[in-house]
Amino acid sequence: MSFFEGKKRSRLYRRGLGAFIVVWGIALLLTLAVPIAPARADLRVDITRGQVEPMPIAVSNFFGASEEAGEFGRKISEVIARNLERSGLFRPIDNRAFIQGSESMQSGPRFADWRQINAQALVTGRVQVVAGDRMEVEFRLWDIFAEEHLVGLRLGSVSGQWRRIAHKVSDEIYRRLTGEVGYFDTRIVYIAETGPADKRTKRLAIMDQDGHNLRYLTDGQQMALTPRFSPTAQEITYLSYNQGIPRVNLLKIDSGQQEVLGKFPGMTFAPRFSPDGNSVILTMATEGNSDIFEMDLRSHKVHRLTNNPTATETAPSYSPNGDAIVFESDRSGEQQIYVMERKGSQSRRITFGKGRYMTPVWSPRGDLIAFTKSHRGRFYIGVIKPDGSGERILSQDYLVEGPTWAPNGRVLMFFRKPSHNPDSSELVSIDITGHNERIVFTTTDASDPAWSPLTP
Amino acid sequence: MWKKLFAVRSMLLVGAVLFVAGACESASEDSTVTIGEGDAVQTAEQIIDSDSAVDSVDAAPVEELDVASVDLSAPIPGTQEDLVQNVGDRVLFDYDSAVLTPEGRRTLERQAEWLRLFPEHSIMIEGHCDERGTREYNLALGERRSHAAREALIAFGIDPSRIKTTSYGKERPYALGHNKESWKLNRRAVSVVN
Repeated sequence: MSFFEGKKRSRLYRRGLGAFIVVWGIALLLTLAVPIAPARADLRVDITRGQVEPMPIAVSNFFGASEEAGEFGRKISEVIARNLERSGLFRPIDNRAFIQGSESMQSGPRFADWRQINAQALVTGRVQVVAGDRMEVEFRLWDIFAEEHLVGLRLGSVSGQWRRIAHKVSDEIYRRLTGEVGYFDTRIVYIAETGPADKRTKRLAIMDQDGHNLRYLTDGQQMALTPRFSPTAQEITYLSYNQGIPRVNLLKIDSGQQEVLGKFPGMTFAPRFSPDGNSVILTMATEGNSDIFEMDLRSHKVHRLTNNPTATETAPSYSPNGDAIVFESDRSGEQQIYVMERKGSQSRRITFGKGRYMTPVWSPRGDLIAFTKSHRGRFYIGVIKPDGSGERILSQDYLVEGPTWAPNGRVLMFFRKPSHNPDSSELVSIDITGHNERIVFTTTDASDPAWSPLTP
Repeated sequence: MWKKLFAVRSMLLVGAVLFVAGACESASEDSTVTIGEGDAVQTAEQIIDSDSAVDSVDAAPVEELDVASVDLSAPIPGTQEDLVQNVGDRVLFDYDSAVLTPEGRRTLERQAEWLRLFPEHSIMIEGHCDERGTREYNLALGERRSHAAREALIAFGIDPSRIKTTSYGKERPYALGHNKESWKLNRRAVSVVN
């Protein structure tokens, strides 16, 4: 069911963006944006197809009556335009080409002026600074050809949060123009790496999805690896060395408070939260054997999910409804991906291609599983359907590893050590269509990205 | 660097006993640094080289010379440096394997003898991998390697309570290249004296 819906949405996504303008009109009448995918028989999901033409959009400076408000308005517009541009779906028009000024738009856009510079959509807004440190932002999205107001939103916040306001506005624009939930008001937690490879410092770091507001969450004394966001709370589970032994930790982002999870007799690693946030699934290795366990965070009870004394079973990830778990195992001789029921029964192999398949991660939409693959000395990032069909490779290099999903299931991020400089490590994002591959800027080398859910 | 420290310290020392104690201390500091930088496949020539360098540079009183040269030519028995130079602190593995090679087994047999000589010592065996795998899988593989080494030491008669294991996966390479030679040196289990 959800799979079918995913397919329909993919079709919508793959169509020329011009088609969305038609969709909006209908969507407005029905006041329901999602189910209006024109599912034509001749359309199919095919990543070999050329890239879609990004939609030309004009993001005007948000108007402010005071100098301070005007400055915020300019910065907010800039963040919105950059977000939309990075998505690869929009082409913000250079604001030096704009004919109509921000102030005059307070009484409505002159559509002819915007048609003349080939804008298909227009974003306008207004900022008011109230009571010193608070601001109110109002924004509107316009369809230039239909001469219609599509959506409007009013947001209030302390002024220090202006970037989040810009991200929320970006999410709303994305939602109205693609029919998909956005992913701009999100954060990335990752491992910041410094120093030479044999004594590399690996610290936990967190930033907004656009690279701003960087903060370190650990001091680098203990090596940190593989952070994962809680889907429900401001918490991260990750691996930290504790007296020389890898242990899964739980960290509260705001207070910095943390604990080692459970009293396991062996080292623990590869943690991930359940979709309800109540459990953590992880791997414990002891006596030369790695198996998968689930720990209830409230009762601290631990259940063993795999018991295979001769195989390495690790890298588990839940399906979005929590009923199934995907993981990797070398029980067939080399690593392949398997899906099992939540309780650990009935596992079946889903990868049969050439090479090794590792670190499967279930999409938040449920329709795809992202993975790392290695074959003949190269690494690949790909996606496959949970039934094992439809495998597609999205990216490859000397080393690419550790995919993580944007909350809308449309974009993946992973880390890369490129052939031309395998000593470096960088974060990369890519659409699941295989297009729009971009380096995500970080101030240091970086690895193991994990995308947060949308911030409430 | 340590030689300087050593010289300053020895000038300040009055009694011979104190002097020897000081020498021991600085020598063990030195050995820690060497291990950290990790040249465990250091050759005999290199050791002799640094030895003779001290002899030629240091024209200090005879007593001092004696102590210094003893320190460098023969690491203090029971230290990590002793294990590295006289026994071998590590065993290497084939690609994606945690099976001990015959050579690895011989090294571990020597380690077992050494551990019998120093019954007060316990060790941590660190399992490591080359870079051609994911972080998660390599953590598991490193654990299998350190476990294999531990099992061998137990089979050679060492009390299991003296041997802990851990894994660094591919996170702490020994050789920094991206080629077969480096990968070979990085697939290892290293015994570290506590």
